Amino acid sequence: MINPALNESTLTLASLAPAITEIALATGICAVLMFDVFAGRTWRYLTHGLTLVVLAICAWLTLSVGAVATRTVLFDGLYVADKLGVFLKLAALMATALCLFYSQHYLDRRRIHGGEYDILAMTALLGISVLISANNLLTVYLGVELLSLSLYALVAFDRDSGIAAEAAIKYFVLGAIASGALLYGMSMLYGLTGTLSLDKLALVSASHGAGFVIAVAFIVVAVAFKFGAVPFHMWVPDVYHGAPSSVALLIATAPKLASFALVMRLLVYGLGADPVLWVQMLTALAVLSLLLGNILAIAQTNIRRMLAYSAIANVGFILLGFVTADTAGYRAALSYTLVYVLTTLGSFGVLLLAARSDGEADELDDFKGLGTRDPLLALLMLGLMLSTAGVPPLVGFWAKLWIIQALLHTHHLGLAILAVLVSVIGAYYYLRVIWYMYFDAGREQTPIPRQAGTRLALGLNTLAVLALGLLPNVLLSLCERLIGAP
Amino acid sequence: MNPQLLLAIPLLPLAAAIIAGLAGKLIGRTGAALITIAGVAAACVLSVQVLWALLHGAPPWNAPVYTWLVSDNVSMQVGFLVDRLTALMMVVVTFVSLCVHVYTMGYMRDDPGYQRFFAYISLFTFSMLMLVMANNFMQLFFGWEAVGVVSYLLIGFWYTRPSAIFANLKAFLVNRVGDFGFLLGIAGVLYYTGSLDYQTAFSWAPGIAARTMTILPGHAWSAMTVICICLFIGAMGKSAQVPLHVWLPDSMEGPTPISALIHAATMVTAGIFMVARMSPLFEYSDTALSFVMVIGATTALFMGFLGIINNDIKRVVAYSTLSQLGYMTVALGVSAYSVAIFHLMTHAFFKALLFLTAGAVIVAMHHEQDMRKMGGLRHRMPLTYWTSVIGALALIGTPFFSGFYSKDALIEAVGESHRYGASYAYFCVVAGVFVTAFYTFRMIFMTFHGEERLDHHAKEHFHDVGWDMKGPLVALAIPSLLIGFFTIEPVLFNGYFGSAIRVLERNDVVAEIGREFHGAANFALHSVLSLPLYLAIAGVVSAWYLVLKRPALATSIQQRFSWLYRLLDNKYYFDWFNENVLARSSRALGYGLWRGGDQAIIDGVLVNGSAGAVGWFAGVARALQSGFLYSYAFWMIVGLVMLLGWFLVRL
Repeated sequence: MINPALNESTLTLASLAPAITEIALATGICAVLMFDVFAGRTWRYLTHGLTLVVLAICAWLTLSVGAVATRTVLFDGLYVADKLGVFLKLAALMATALCLFYSQHYLDRRRIHGGEYDILAMTALLGISVLISANNLLTVYLGVELLSLSLYALVAFDRDSGIAAEAAIKYFVLGAIASGALLYGMSMLYGLTGTLSLDKLALVSASHGAGFVIAVAFIVVAVAFKFGAVPFHMWVPDVYHGAPSSVALLIATAPKLASFALVMRLLVYGLGADPVLWVQMLTALAVLSLLLGNILAIAQTNIRRMLAYSAIANVGFILLGFVTADTAGYRAALSYTLVYVLTTLGSFGVLLLAARSDGEADELDDFKGLGTRDPLLALLMLGLMLSTAGVPPLVGFWAKLWIIQALLHTHHLGLAILAVLVSVIGAYYYLRVIWYMYFDAGREQTPIPRQAGTRLALGLNTLAVLALGLLPNVLLSLCERLIGAP
Repeated sequence: MNPQLLLAIPLLPLAAAIIAGLAGKLIGRTGAALITIAGVAAACVLSVQVLWALLHGAPPWNAPVYTWLVSDNVSMQVGFLVDRLTALMMVVVTFVSLCVHVYTMGYMRDDPGYQRFFAYISLFTFSMLMLVMANNFMQLFFGWEAVGVVSYLLIGFWYTRPSAIFANLKAFLVNRVGDFGFLLGIAGVLYYTGSLDYQTAFSWAPGIAARTMTILPGHAWSAMTVICICLFIGAMGKSAQVPLHVWLPDSMEGPTPISALIHAATMVTAGIFMVARMSPLFEYSDTALSFVMVIGATTALFMGFLGIINNDIKRVVAYSTLSQLGYMTVALGVSAYSVAIFHLMTHAFFKALLFLTAGAVIVAMHHEQDMRKMGGLRHRMPLTYWTSVIGALALIGTPFFSGFYSKDALIEAVGESHRYGASYAYFCVVAGVFVTAFYTFRMIFMTFHGEERLDHHAKEHFHDVGWDMKGPLVALAIPSLLIGFFTIEPVLFNGYFGSAIRVLERNDVVAEIGREFHGAANFALHSVLSLPLYLAIAGVVSAWYLVLKRPALATSIQQRFSWLYRLLDNKYYFDWFNENVLARSSRALGYGLWRGGDQAIIDGVLVNGSAGAVGWFAGVARALQSGFLYSYAFWMIVGLVMLLGWFLVRL
């Protein structure tokens, strides 16, 4: 007998369409896993290609079947599909596919390219997708854990490397603390409101009681940890430095989209009735991240550590977009996240290609003389570094500009000035890379592998950074379509 | 008129300039010459067509053609305002430019920079057309700077000569001073009207005139006076008015065709044109107009004196240009804008003619410019002689010649004016007539009459110029002779300019002259009863007496009044003052700022200091990242406690 009250949520095949990304991805993961297990040594090299095919199919299905015109809720309100979600998933799919594509050669040369690598990347992606579509505290937690556990394993993927194991254990322990904080905050919220649904939480007008403050503080801690915002950033440099470069690339890109979605779903939507509390907390985190990230980046001699601190500083910028607590700011934060992911894909891609077969090319000194050793790669790095530094006409400039504009429109003059000042500090270490590439003679003479396909992809990646900078309206109108008026 | 046609007028010379400049090697010398001549000739024909249409009742064209950007409701556009004032300037510019293009083929024949030269002068034509056709201040400023750049490039055309480089740098720097004022004026207009568009700005003029601004505490200035004087400072730079005139004589380092086109006929008159265009603004400030008049009068008389003692044929003409620009400025100052433009037009023809004849002499003499080494050339180059006599007669204001009409109307207009300082201006312009006649005919007599003083080298290589150079002389001699007679009545008295020039009724001196005017021939005959004609005759006679009859007397006068000669020879010590006082003190100031401000404070404290502080802080903060897991966890807990503590305490 069917309860009539459940009629609406009765599962039919068609009603599952908005969740096609996760369904296809989960199926794909199983298929690839099976293939990898039974293919044997002879055919295992195909796993990688198969993974890319699965990702492409997922993207295609997301576009054709999963695209939704309006906000759609599934699974008794556990899951939400909307335009923002569809786009973020597509972006995450593309970012992951690019990561895997850039990494292939790097992993092969180190003989650590097992099928598990691709599978773990896909499970991480599944976590990201779940997180993007989360509409319930439990779904949020599920997504966070799925993503985190996959990443812990990936960091330790090069199991003979002591430094990677150290990074993994640090990441794991700290991540456990953050997970605990998240769960604790969620349980507090449940205790206060009696619901786990973000839809219902959004309607509860928050009280300013001590319990609420504690709940929000714990949740913000977890969010800050996922983003890597100061002072919950300690894992970032060690993981970027310790993990294989390809894993650092993965961690630096697609999960940032998930973190963005986490803030949008959990704070902006779920706790949106009364944003003052988390806005103030994020402000403090943003200011600290901007200052510490930029200043510490200067002191680094290792380019991966430098990029780690640069990531922290950029997270500060993204958080500034949320600090405005208005639509324009969220849009600016979205475009900043997208631009950051796009640019980071490129710069880590260059790093991967330039890496020596016996180790990494991640000391700043390794970049000396790149301009003469490999002009094309140096040129790409030049464009990417200038964009990250925020030099027009590259897209990084617009991303920064929109954040600052949003701040000014909401009368956050002090924060806007801070953003400009730290950008100046930031420009120093990005330009330093360029200085090393073009104005210093290098000792390193080994030629960098050809890898025409990777180079083409890197070239297109950098070209996108330039093209979006020349046509900023494309990005702007996209963000306007995705994040409508509140 | 349609926008395509109007766009074609400036763009054809620009296209020609780009082709000749970038593909000069490809199309060769003849190709470069032909393509630029074709471009400017087409522009000239189209300009004439535009003028023709306007004369036959077509309404003025005023519309934007391209919006560059809109910022804070101020739109920056390319747009054309083509009324009769513009059309007149377009025809003058393109016609003289065409003559100069043709003349250049002969003058620059052996120069290695042939294509580059053609590219520059076509680029100049484009810039000047953009300037005169503008309907907004932004484009005006663009054209203003663009002609300045081309002028700079052309003065230093022979860039291996140190004197040319000195001269173009000087022109550039002096014009910077003027442009600074000009920019302030434009900023003032923008500030008070919120628009860069001419029509909008002009419609606000009475409103601005009613407002005051305080620059020094305790002194309220009329806003319009400040704006107009600032704009006029721009004109002083471009049109070489005292004390910003010092660059023009030195600009003669450029090739002679350029001296004719840019530094006599067109570019230097941009300031005159600009003030006339801005007449709806200037009319509301008597103070500014008095300022304009006094500056103009001073330039007109005192720069003429310098022409008297110079022996370089081009420099004499250059000082004459300065003096004539002063005349035009005086006309602006007495609100006789139409007379100023009328004199601008006639002057463009006869002064270009005089320069080109001077150029012909220089080429014939194998690049000798010193008049003391010439003499008696009228037999060797008769056509050049006669055309330059026509130019000279026009310049000194011989009745029926074009210069007579414009200059006499100008002097009468000054005489009618009651503006503060008008009597000083009247004295200057009348006395200037004698001076003009004297130096002009001194030049004619020294060059073409008397005994030949050519040295051996010049005699051996002497050759008269070809028809590519003579043709433009004839083409310019005709309007120099006739244009005043035929155009004075329509241009000055029959309301030719219409609404393009606005004169308040109480200032309208031209209408006063108009009441006495009974036809061009009558106007010329009437001059028999007036002082200027006799002054001009006296000037010619004294020149003849001192140059041809009693040269020894000139020397003895020079010795008797040696202090005066030294004053003139040093050009009133303007250059000395600029170089030793202004330049030296600004260099000292710059050096001080560099050492004290830049190196010590900015580099030392701010840049290196802040970088050092950041570096130090980075080193300290780095220690936080100890690498120990327990410390990381500790900092996370600290962060959590801080968040909790801060917000719980505030509850």
